[in-house]
Amino acid sequence: MEEKKTRGLWKEFTKGIIKENPVLRLVLGCCATLAVTTAASNAIGMGAATTFVLVCSNAAISLLRNVIPNKVRIPAFITIIAGFVTIVQLFIKAFSPALDTALGVFLPLIVVNCIILGRAEMFASKNKVLPSVVDGLGMGVGFTAAMLCMGIIRELLGAGTVFGIPILSGFMEPIIIFLLPPGGFFVFGLLIALAGRLSQEKKAPEGLGCAGCPLAASCSKLTEKTEGSDR
Amino acid sequence: MDAQTIKTLVGIFLAAILTENYVLNKFLGICPFLGVSKKLNTAFGMSCAVTVVMVIATAVTWPIYTGLLVPKELEYLQTIVFILVIAALVQLLETILRKYMPPLYNSLGIYLPLITTNCAVLGVTMLVLEKNAADPVGYGYLQALINAFGSGVGFLVAMLLFAGIRERLEECDIPEFFRGLPITLVAASLVAVSFLGFNGVVDRLM
Repeated sequence: MEEKKTRGLWKEFTKGIIKENPVLRLVLGCCATLAVTTAASNAIGMGAATTFVLVCSNAAISLLRNVIPNKVRIPAFITIIAGFVTIVQLFIKAFSPALDTALGVFLPLIVVNCIILGRAEMFASKNKVLPSVVDGLGMGVGFTAAMLCMGIIRELLGAGTVFGIPILSGFMEPIIIFLLPPGGFFVFGLLIALAGRLSQEKKAPEGLGCAGCPLAASCSKLTEKTEGSDR
Repeated sequence: MDAQTIKTLVGIFLAAILTENYVLNKFLGICPFLGVSKKLNTAFGMSCAVTVVMVIATAVTWPIYTGLLVPKELEYLQTIVFILVIAALVQLLETILRKYMPPLYNSLGIYLPLITTNCAVLGVTMLVLEKNAADPVGYGYLQALINAFGSGVGFLVAMLLFAGIRERLEECDIPEFFRGLPITLVAASLVAVSFLGFNGVVDRLM
């Protein structure tokens, strides 16, 4: 019984890293992923901050899931998430001002990162505390890993370094465009194609990852409606 | 208002559209950019709704920040206050439109619920305050509103350009694993390259 439970939790943890990787499979939180991955260390900082918020908000929402009325759940979730984001903001400002400058406005924008609201809506509001925490941790680690991949590729090609350590110096000129916005879109596109190839699914994820978004229901209704009116 | 002020305002407006484009240069609002840009008409409706909310949100959050949070030394509450104000604002706007302007509601209102969690809206309200902190005299309320409007128009330009490209992509023969999202991102990368070409244009004009 005990072993079965542990295995269940392990499954919740690993699904966020590989099968349901929030960035590469569900395509959530792409703004942060594209913006801060110009250096590998920024990617780790952003990943850690997001993971903290994800775990804490999942725990809090799971504890409050029977208290929050269904009608006001989204504003309630946003308030809880914003509280934890403020904690992270103050913490980073105090202990790592350099990271605070590097992440800039994207640190407060963790509030509107759809991974967090998506997990709150899809998982934490329906499950007990322990699985919710594990789910948040797995998703956070998956998010960090994907961002780290992008950060390493972009920093290596764009600046010739990884974590600030020169690797390509003397071997090739850095291709600066990888640090600029177009490089971000390009590397992200390639990684998603690669993830789709590796997970052996014939099709790229449907609906552009909106499935994890808490507003997916109204959005898909919207698409159907407009597509219907076209015909 | 003298000629110099008008010149700076035009500069801010153009910069917000071309060189500081929210989607292609700052990576804000990528979700609606990828999700709602499949068809030209939905892309247009969504961007108009975003523009309206951006301007109203900036008009409301700016006085709250400078008039309420700063004097009371509550700046650290910025994130919580702003997101709640935007959420309430969007809800209010939807209700008003539905009640008093049904035709407008039918064309714009349906996009409103999706905008609360759009990071471009929260982003614009926070970034104008950063600019104000850097230049308290030259960058005031009016400049912030113009910037918000320009950012919305920039979003519209990016969405429309991209919707046109995507309608054509549908008919192309694309390698299997690039179908769908990956090829969309690679296309976005090329559009972003073209926007890099605007670098310096606005400074030259001024």
